[in-house]
Amino acid sequence: MAVRSRIRNPLNPLWIGLASPGMAWMAMFFVVPFYAVAAVAFGQVDPILQTAAPEWNPRFWDFSSFSEVFDRVVNGDLGTVFARTGLYVSLAVFGCIVVGYPVAYFVSRCAGKWKATLLVLMILPFWVSYLMRMLAWVNLLQPEGWAAKALNSLPGVDRSWLNGQPITVVFGLIYGYLPFFILPLYATLDRIDGRLLEAARDLGASGRQTFWRVTLPLSRQGLIAASVITALPMVGDYYTNDLLSASPRTEMIGNQIVYFLQGTTQPQVGASLVLILSVLLLVLMAGYLVSVSRAQKLVTR
Amino acid sequence: MIRTGGNSRGRTRKPWFLATFTGLYVLWSLVPVVIAVMFSFNSGRSRSTWQGFSLRWYFSDPFGSVWNDESLRIALRNSLILAVLTILIATPIGVGLALGLTRWRSRPSKVANGVLLLPLITPELVVGTALFLVVTNGYSFMELGRTAQLVGHVTFSLTYVVIVVRGRLLSIGPDLEEAARDLGATPLQAIRLVVLPLLTPAIFAAGVLVFATSIDDFVVSALLSSGASTETVPVKIYGSVRGGATPALNALATIMLVASMVALVAVFAIMRVMRRRQGDDNAGENSLKELASW
Repeated sequence: MAVRSRIRNPLNPLWIGLASPGMAWMAMFFVVPFYAVAAVAFGQVDPILQTAAPEWNPRFWDFSSFSEVFDRVVNGDLGTVFARTGLYVSLAVFGCIVVGYPVAYFVSRCAGKWKATLLVLMILPFWVSYLMRMLAWVNLLQPEGWAAKALNSLPGVDRSWLNGQPITVVFGLIYGYLPFFILPLYATLDRIDGRLLEAARDLGASGRQTFWRVTLPLSRQGLIAASVITALPMVGDYYTNDLLSASPRTEMIGNQIVYFLQGTTQPQVGASLVLILSVLLLVLMAGYLVSVSRAQKLVTR
Repeated sequence: MIRTGGNSRGRTRKPWFLATFTGLYVLWSLVPVVIAVMFSFNSGRSRSTWQGFSLRWYFSDPFGSVWNDESLRIALRNSLILAVLTILIATPIGVGLALGLTRWRSRPSKVANGVLLLPLITPELVVGTALFLVVTNGYSFMELGRTAQLVGHVTFSLTYVVIVVRGRLLSIGPDLEEAARDLGATPLQAIRLVVLPLLTPAIFAAGVLVFATSIDDFVVSALLSSGASTETVPVKIYGSVRGGATPALNALATIMLVASMVALVAVFAIMRVMRRRQGDDNAGENSLKELASW
């Protein structure tokens, strides 16, 4: 034991030395920047230049600009944008579940000799640049694009698909984030012990009953995890919207943040929105973690 | 007994609906990209009406091709330079972090472990705007542009490097390092002569993964760019896709796609070799599963 503790001395300066450049990097370029968001949101605006004057000392933080933004989020125009973001993201996550679950289920449980090939095909879109995948749909949905022509040839449909159509934005989100949804769900479904399903069948459950009463409950955690993993980046997505719609009618919260930070002289509004968004996402994450720990308690009990 | 009969019939039934559904999904997920690649070879100026095959938008067009249009060339060069620099900085720092954090057990290292996971669950927009605000309002030693973009890319890449390298460290286990120490190696020698050679494939895999995520990144590159001279390929695509851009944009995207695919194949090959050496009989499929788990 003495030898072991000499080798694995947890306070050997070598380990500290190896880890400290990375820790310093994360502190300087990940932790401090978050503080800077607060410093800008609770800071002043330079009266002449109209640029942000961040306040680094929390004792002098001024919450007037933040509470103005907060008020607009609760009662005003920005509240609509938040609600729309929530609606689009919920619809897109729902779409991911409807399309992604059957696919992940098939690849993990029924694909047989096709499994490896299908797994490759699932991983491929993951490695194609998101912007290229959106470029592909812009090309197809342009007025003379193949998909737009096919859609508009349907009776009663004649739309300009890239001009503020909510359905295009939700569709784009589903298309863009499905690979990120399917892979974690696949991992969960793949880990389910096949003997449990056989046991259910041996005890007289039909295929459908086995799915609803064994497979689905066992994959619930994976389903929630996959939904959270896709919902988080979707909430901050502004480029899908810009590329497939570019209209104020479909604007999401990400568009507003980028607009206030880059397009105007009101960076403190953008910073306040980032703070509000981060808190909302933290609540979402916390809810998810609570559900995970509850599930683990159920398992270990 | 009747039910058992029903069961065995149900068990052998082929899930045709699911198979068709999955097939359609695969087509839907990949065909648009294939079409976009195809249009990079269009001989006309349209990105959605096919007018015949040519390499015009790659080389021969005197003004608009990737080869001759300076703005496209700059974007390509920026993306590649940024990716290579990110590998050079993020890989060594990340390997150090992985080695240090798996051994140094104390409160600061636990905090660091937690902080390292945050980039995975924070939307890139939040990370990007935070960096944007600190660069424009706090860090006067930095400017928007390549330096800021590089800092952003390294920051999110560190997490990937640590995850890949730590996974490998855990599968190597402590035995070999302890044996080296018992035979008289100093901790540094044990790392340098035993652990690092064993980690080499994982370090390469992490480097390639960093390359692929860096060239595909849009949000951080866009928020921290300082105008046309620091545009990367995804930023260029974002800026011109809704305008009247020619198929040269598809050609540019196709070039990056090829780079990503080469990276993917390289990572897969490295992981399969790693698993084979460990005596994994099913190295190919297990490497795929590991790839899928990132």
